[in-house]
Amino acid sequence: MSAIYVLWLRELRRYVRSRAQIVASLGQPLLYLVALGFGLGPVFQKAGQGNYVQFVAPGIISMTILFSSVFSGMGLLWDRQFGFLKETLVAPVPRIYVMLGKTLGAATVAVIQGLLVAIVCLIAGFRVADLTAIPAALLFMCLIGCLFSALGTAIGSSLQNIQGFQLIMNFLVMPIFFLSGALYPLNNLPKALGLVTRLDPLAYGVDGLRTTLIGISHFGLTADLSVLTLVTTIFLFIGSYLFSKIQV
Amino acid sequence: MIRVENLVKTFGEFTAVDHISFEVGKGEIFAFLGPNGAGKTTTIKMLTTLLRPTSGELQVDGLNPGRDSNEVRKRFGIVFQDPSLDGDMTAYENMEIHGIFYHVPRKLRLERIEYLLRLFELWERRNEQVKVFSGGMKRRLEIARGLLHTPKILFLDEPTLGLDPQTRNQLWTHVKHLNQTEGVTVFLTTHYMDEADRVAQRIAIIDHGKIVAQGSPQELKQQTGKDSLEEAFLSLTGSTIRDEASTSADQMRQMAKMWGAGRR
Repeated sequence: MSAIYVLWLRELRRYVRSRAQIVASLGQPLLYLVALGFGLGPVFQKAGQGNYVQFVAPGIISMTILFSSVFSGMGLLWDRQFGFLKETLVAPVPRIYVMLGKTLGAATVAVIQGLLVAIVCLIAGFRVADLTAIPAALLFMCLIGCLFSALGTAIGSSLQNIQGFQLIMNFLVMPIFFLSGALYPLNNLPKALGLVTRLDPLAYGVDGLRTTLIGISHFGLTADLSVLTLVTTIFLFIGSYLFSKIQV
Repeated sequence: MIRVENLVKTFGEFTAVDHISFEVGKGEIFAFLGPNGAGKTTTIKMLTTLLRPTSGELQVDGLNPGRDSNEVRKRFGIVFQDPSLDGDMTAYENMEIHGIFYHVPRKLRLERIEYLLRLFELWERRNEQVKVFSGGMKRRLEIARGLLHTPKILFLDEPTLGLDPQTRNQLWTHVKHLNQTEGVTVFLTTHYMDEADRVAQRIAIIDHGKIVAQGSPQELKQQTGKDSLEEAFLSLTGSTIRDEASTSADQMRQMAKMWGAGRR
């Protein structure tokens, strides 16, 4: 168990030590919030959907957690490249512990990033509808973090080198983000698109966060919670299986 | 302690290890010598659960590294040929993580870390991130880390590569000491024949994935009729220079250099 803790701590230490990276990774969400939040705001308002900053903030927070957790999970590739992976692979620690420590660390870092963006959203004018729902919102943030860190670790375990990174970004992470309803409401979508969004696990994360933070729901909290928990469990299993199969 | 029978490892068309068999007794210091790309590291990787053999039998302390991976991992320590440190962590943290991985009790861990960091003259710089260390310092840290816990078997894959004579001397003195006082079995590879001659009780020479000779340093010299192990080695393996195929990890390292080393 202490192995899980020490690997978790390692992720946190690494995060705290890369201050430039913290600042850099806040840039993109900030851009989305300002450009889309204020840019599309008037149109959204005219369509009778209310305040767009209010609507999009949970989406931007989810996006931050998505990107950060997939990246940290794929940090495995860097460990592979710089050799530290070997040190963990020959250690007399069940590989599932190694994978869990890494995944939980990545998830924690992602949630911290999400909280920082949440603070930025508050400064930009975002207001939480019901303060008592904040613990529930935190739970959803943690679930999103765990789900996508596990996905990142799974990908990191199966890729041999960083060349595949761009592919994963363009064909997996970006679609997950754009199809999640982070930027637009999922009501009245064309049938095909509606179907695809239902298959996107992030859609349930965004919905859960939106429900708890501003009281707008699409799938309902029960559906959100069960889908996220189920998919997280599946990804953890796949991730630890793939991790246990690594040969170097 | 180690038993290898008809071990084969192929990568696609290429046969890295070709039906090798050898045994290493308990408490023995065994040197595995061979030119670049002969199959030394591949064999070590199979013994240390990092690679699965294509065919053949492997036994480490009576256990099968493929099946009882975790039990086998509890029994050995290793110093890798290529870097395996975490550059973002400090020297001390690298040691600490290792100590925790290998369940070294806290009090003993603190003592051993201080002792080893002092022995390899890294104590003063223990709180600096490893990425700012010079090549020699990193190498010293790898070795200090490998010696932190006392395993039954110690694998040393070209441990002295790039080390100064002082550190080399420290290392071998320490390894011999471990071997004599704790009965640690040592499996080492090196390109320095004088080291193998001085330290090893038994030697196997591998070339093109096959073992070409086995025996004590004395026996190898007699067998080839040469005065030094270096000459014996050359007469057994020839004097052509080998190229190692560049692995994907090497290619990645090059890419990273091209891109300004990425995060680290």
